[in-house]
Amino acid sequence: MDNKEPQTGLFSVARALFVRDIRLAARRSTDVLNPLVFFVIVISLFPLGVGPEPNQLQLMAPGVIWVAALLATMISLDRLFSHDYETGSLEQIVLAPQPLTLIIFAKIAAHWTLTGLPLVILMPLVAMQMNMTGEMIYISFLTLIIGTPILSLIGAIGAALTIGLRGGGVLVSLLVLPLYTPVLIFGAGAISASAQGFSPDAHLSLLGALLALSLTFAPFAAAAAVRVSLD
Amino acid sequence: MNITKYAAPVVFYPLAGKLIPWFAWATAITLAVGLIMGLFIAPTDYQQGESYRIMFIHVPSAWMSMLVYVVMATAGAVALAWKTRLSEMLATACAPVGASFTLIALITGSIWGKPMWGTYWVWDARLTSELVLLFLYLGFMALQASIDDPRRAARAAAILALVGVINIPIIHFSVEWWNTLHQPASVSKISAPSIHPSMLWPLLINAAGFHLFFATAVLIRMRTEVLIRERHKSWIADIIGTKP
Repeated sequence: MDNKEPQTGLFSVARALFVRDIRLAARRSTDVLNPLVFFVIVISLFPLGVGPEPNQLQLMAPGVIWVAALLATMISLDRLFSHDYETGSLEQIVLAPQPLTLIIFAKIAAHWTLTGLPLVILMPLVAMQMNMTGEMIYISFLTLIIGTPILSLIGAIGAALTIGLRGGGVLVSLLVLPLYTPVLIFGAGAISASAQGFSPDAHLSLLGALLALSLTFAPFAAAAAVRVSLD
Repeated sequence: MNITKYAAPVVFYPLAGKLIPWFAWATAITLAVGLIMGLFIAPTDYQQGESYRIMFIHVPSAWMSMLVYVVMATAGAVALAWKTRLSEMLATACAPVGASFTLIALITGSIWGKPMWGTYWVWDARLTSELVLLFLYLGFMALQASIDDPRRAARAAAILALVGVINIPIIHFSVEWWNTLHQPASVSKISAPSIHPSMLWPLLINAAGFHLFFATAVLIRMRTEVLIRERHKSWIADIIGTKP
């Protein structure tokens, strides 16, 4: 008899949940792909709207890419909890003896791996559409790799607050987008600064500070919000 | 004296009813004095002419817009920590009042901006952070409106308010570094404000009037909130004079 001890350690549970979320998403791959397609389409619309003048596109590119990243993350937030809520597994997760904060953190990490990371990988493609230089693409890569986890972390709070509410999708944008403004400012600011020949270090450091802050507080707030929503 | 007994809605409701007229009259008198002093007696500004007088509305409402958010978040934190109903109602009552102050600050600011800067709206740091503050208020109210259970609504909104209150300084500084045109605050230095006393006094009296108005409005809204939430309790029926 191989009566294996169930894995109930903190990190094995977090890892199991992370793997589970990735696997579930892989089985329903359109959920993952749709925000990415949205990201590409939104950015492709800008040249059609403002005209194909290369210099103008390059000037607008940092803001356009970052706004598109915000919106793509935002429409993907629904996936974070709503499916688990509908199937009832979220209640089981809340009942687990392990700290909810850690479990939520694992879910947020899975969300970032499925949304933020692909956006970072996809970015050079749309960056070339927007006539960005190699240097700009490199800085964009840095800002997005620091910035997109913040979007997932803050977004998780909004997603947790709107679990099971009618019209949750629109509501989540009302809650989350104002909180995203600093990330947008520093993210797009770093790219613009480097494009104008200034050092992007200050912006990148501030983005890093925001990441540290949201890593520290957001999982707690999201866990509290999940508890309130399931009451 | 045990002040926590006033946290019970049944004690609070009649007490607030007694306080409201006092606050309302104090508001009316203070605002009348402040507005007459500000709009008619204070001297004309040598640089901005008469149009600076909108400051006597604009500055206090901008102050209040931030203060109310802090009050709302504090009440929310108390509600989350001790599950007190009255602080939930205070947070709920604050949101529309605070949003109105924010809107007044934005509108008066843009009316003031036209003669001073030549445009109604600029993407200046303070204007932008005030606009984001308005969005935060709207998000708070939208979240609360879409949850039917009032207690769950209050607690969810309280979490949002707390997240917002951490974010307000970050948003403020981020937009400040992003772009700045707004004049720096003139009254932050208590010892030697860079504003003449003849203009400072009406401003401070108006600010006091705005605080009193906030207290009046919040008490009225809280009483309504008590009536809505406790409508099935027998003491409400006794007050209204209808037996359930």
